[in-house]
Amino acid sequence: MEIILALGIGTLAGSGVWLILRPRTFQVIIGLSLLSYAINLFILAMGRLRIGAPPVLATRGVGDPLLYADPLPQALVLTAIVISFATTALFLVVLLASRGLTGTDHVDGRERDS
Amino acid sequence: MPQEMLLIAIVMLPFVGSCLAALLQSNARNAETWLAGATALTCLVLVSTAFPAIAAGGIIRNKIEWLPEFGLDFTLRVDGFAWMFAVLITGIGFLVVLYARYYMSPTDPVPRFFSFLLAFMGAMLGIVLSGNLIQLVFFWELTSLFSFLLIGYWHQNAPARDGARMALTVTSAGGLCLFAGVLLVGHIVGTYDLDRVLASGHLIRSHHLYIPTLLLVLLGALTKSAQFPFHFWLPHAMAAPTPVSAYLHSATMVKAGVFLLIRLWPALGGTDEWLWLVGSAGLITFILGAYIAIFQQDLKGLLAYSTISHLGLITLLIGLDAPLGIVAAIFHILNHATFKASLFMAAGIIDHESGTRDIRRLSGLWRFMPVTATLAMVAAAAMAGVPLLNGFLSKEMFFAETIETHNGSLLDDALPYIVTLASTCTVAYSLRFIRDVFFGPPPTGLPRTPHEPPRWMRFPVELLVLACLVVGIIPSMTVGPALDAAVRAVLGGDTPEYSLAIWHGFTPELLMSILAMSGGVALYFALHGYLLSGVEGPPLLRRLNGQRIFERILVFLSWRLARRLENLLGTRRLQPQLRLLVGMALLAGAAPFYAGGFSTGRPVSDIDPGFALVWAVGAACAIGAAHLAKFHRLAALVLLGGAGLVACISFVWLSAPDLALTQLVVETVTTVLLLLGLRWLPKRIPEAGAMGWWTQMLQWHRARDLTLALCAGAAVAALAYAAMTEPVPDRISRFFVENAYTQGGGTNIVNVILVDFRGFDTLGEITVLGVVALTVYALLRRFRPAAESVPLPEQQRIQNAYDDEHPERATGDTIADAMTIPALIMRLMFPVIGVVALFFFLRGHDLPGGGFVAGLTMAVAFILQYMAGGTHWFEARLRILPLRWMGFGLLVAAGTGAAAWLFGRPFLTSYFAYANVPLIGPVPLASVLLFDLGVFSLVVGATVLMLIAIAHQSVRSHRAAPQTRGPRPQPAPRRMEVE
Repeated sequence: MEIILALGIGTLAGSGVWLILRPRTFQVIIGLSLLSYAINLFILAMGRLRIGAPPVLATRGVGDPLLYADPLPQALVLTAIVISFATTALFLVVLLASRGLTGTDHVDGRERDS
Repeated sequence: MPQEMLLIAIVMLPFVGSCLAALLQSNARNAETWLAGATALTCLVLVSTAFPAIAAGGIIRNKIEWLPEFGLDFTLRVDGFAWMFAVLITGIGFLVVLYARYYMSPTDPVPRFFSFLLAFMGAMLGIVLSGNLIQLVFFWELTSLFSFLLIGYWHQNAPARDGARMALTVTSAGGLCLFAGVLLVGHIVGTYDLDRVLASGHLIRSHHLYIPTLLLVLLGALTKSAQFPFHFWLPHAMAAPTPVSAYLHSATMVKAGVFLLIRLWPALGGTDEWLWLVGSAGLITFILGAYIAIFQQDLKGLLAYSTISHLGLITLLIGLDAPLGIVAAIFHILNHATFKASLFMAAGIIDHESGTRDIRRLSGLWRFMPVTATLAMVAAAAMAGVPLLNGFLSKEMFFAETIETHNGSLLDDALPYIVTLASTCTVAYSLRFIRDVFFGPPPTGLPRTPHEPPRWMRFPVELLVLACLVVGIIPSMTVGPALDAAVRAVLGGDTPEYSLAIWHGFTPELLMSILAMSGGVALYFALHGYLLSGVEGPPLLRRLNGQRIFERILVFLSWRLARRLENLLGTRRLQPQLRLLVGMALLAGAAPFYAGGFSTGRPVSDIDPGFALVWAVGAACAIGAAHLAKFHRLAALVLLGGAGLVACISFVWLSAPDLALTQLVVETVTTVLLLLGLRWLPKRIPEAGAMGWWTQMLQWHRARDLTLALCAGAAVAALAYAAMTEPVPDRISRFFVENAYTQGGGTNIVNVILVDFRGFDTLGEITVLGVVALTVYALLRRFRPAAESVPLPEQQRIQNAYDDEHPERATGDTIADAMTIPALIMRLMFPVIGVVALFFFLRGHDLPGGGFVAGLTMAVAFILQYMAGGTHWFEARLRILPLRWMGFGLLVAAGTGAAAWLFGRPFLTSYFAYANVPLIGPVPLASVLLFDLGVFSLVVGATVLMLIAIAHQSVRSHRAAPQTRGPRPQPAPRRMEVE
């Protein structure tokens, strides 16, 4: 399992990095989304992989940490998902505004002199 | 009043007065004068009451501990020397206030003036009364700041602004040097306490950091006192109102520099470096100032250079590094303050009553203002060093000190001759001030007919001139005790014998005085013709313009150098920056492995073929999205959704149900948002047949980026694998698992962490979400789409054309028809989704769900209505006001947190209990449910606000499009209905 998830995270991250280095704003926004998937999974993986042990207490009382997946990375990732949604929305609007103002969708706001 | 309180009152009173003065009406000249005058006078009286305590060499201290572990205390300390300065500052301050009442015009906004003046007085008192060096530097910078504001008081004049800026730049740069120097002193001595620093002179002088310390402190003092080569700011500061000049350049501001030199002389002085650095700076300034002053055509300009010259004289005396020199320096500080303040005021009266300060246009004013003329002449004579006036006494002491041998160098031997020559210049410009202004034929063509000023405007001058006379005639009976206390405070046991007698017999210094006097008269008459020719500035040195050099340096530093560095090291292009960022991240990530070696543990779980298959799809989606994002945006978006779904499945698989839920709805909402945005991005078509070298360049760029991306991907994969296979260290997660129910009252640990343990983070997060939504809304209100995106999309055009061809159809029917059944289902889904959202919200604390998911789910319900009915239909029916939802959410969340205060608990402390509801059974009632309600409400509001803001654009631009064709009256743009 670990190797599959690691390779998956790597593929997402590599694709994301490739895209954020591209000159078009839409490529960058897709790249950032891919990167955020990779990073969210990475953070989750830092709590180690557990299958069939969601961090929901089965009994009302003091929980045993060994029985449940690590809840802390999950709480962090939950926050990260919402924030990355917000930044994607913001970036989308900046992208559109910049496209209208500069007449180009190049990340620098102007085409490279060729 | 106890003496400790006394000191605090003296320092605080001017600041309090300053605040009060700022509040008065802008034409309240009299009230301002009463307030400021009373403040200054009270301070003066308070200072005077301290004299008995310090007269015999005593020191009053008041220490308030602030950060004792860093040696930072608020320490006030007054000894004889500080007392003398405090009297000068408050006394002359009072006279300046009185004078300013008549000088300032009724149209000037006086509250600002008096407020700054009082604050400046407070800052100066802070400097002289500081018992801690850091505190001294603080007040030092305050004087720079307030002098900037005072010099630039008439900010409508360009010279005032330039002069103020230059003064600020020079003196506060010096202040920073002083700060560094003080830190070094603190490092050497181990404390910033003034008493201990003064007692550690030997330690400082023998330390290997002595030279840098000395240089830094001197840079501070010499810039403040306008010593060569930093003298150029002072003449430009003459753009200030004359009361300010009279105050800043007689008793305060520039005297702060020499104050500091004398204050720190016991600690830093007594070395060859001191002698050479301070002595030569003073000597050059003394000569240069006196020489340039002769050739000034502006009365205040003459006085400005004379101030520079006299400060040079004082600095030279301090630099001579002998106790008698210090005595003479302190005495001359006192004398210079009195005669220079009165001269500035007299110059201001002349300017005020005749309308000009140009010496070439003034003459014969004696006939028009005999009293003022007499006063000014006496003060000028004191400046020249005429016997029976105070200037004579300190100048005699000065001459006597220059005759003494100091280090036996050639310069030392020549010193008496040089200073006699420079004093000749002093006499010459003093004579010029008297003769060119007050004697000669009556003036012609003045803007106003000169006359005597109002009674009380002249009063400060009278008082100061009286002081010059009294001190000059009976020195030991008047100034003697104060001077003695001041000298003893600095020199302690080394205080030499000195005499304040007027007549010492026929001494060499008397001969020097006579020589300077007669030489000065001769020089004046020799230069008279040249001066009348009206040339501005001195011969020989006219080209050496300090201001121009200063400006060149500033332009170089702040513009050319910055630009050059930016061109060399920076780029405004995003791609190189990101490339650098990724590269650095790779290096930073690799460094620890390079140092510690890379190893992995054993995989914990076996490979599940299903999971592998899911990720094969996920990887394909990611790579496909990367490949297609440039030319096939929609396909890339779909593939991105696929990758997101795989992430979502992984969350389910890996025991993270909350994440999976959230990811799923976020994925939906994000996709819709991006789809809405796609419409505004014009089609991109691959260019065919680009130029050869350009293609090669692109290929090279791509190869490089691909390498970087592959490395990054591989590195992340390796890092993730290595971390996942290592055993888990003991974590803080244990705490959350164990206490989620017992302290948080919920079984869904993730939710308890979010709304309870880390509730403050969540509050911050929803605030960010709200800010983003508002920003999106604000950005889109001024949205201008790209020109090629304005017309209707092709598909809509075809559909509309079809509708238009058939008379029985209305425009838009085709799309409505196609959507009939989906729209019906979507509308029916609205309440269902609402119930699901409520379900998620209510179970959140105990089972997967929560405010975030519920809010986003609710937003999805709204999006569906959009799709079903279209923008017009939806906006006409939109009854939720997203801004109110957001505001309500934030208030509820923060209010729930704040409510804990009512029960004496810290912010966001939660409370929970179970209520037994009949039929339903126990229902959890935790205060965090309210908090989660805030989260829910804000998420709904923010998401809907963003969506409708983007979707609304499609309505706006179509209406805007026809306007470009003709001059039709524009309908008022329809506002988005969100408020």
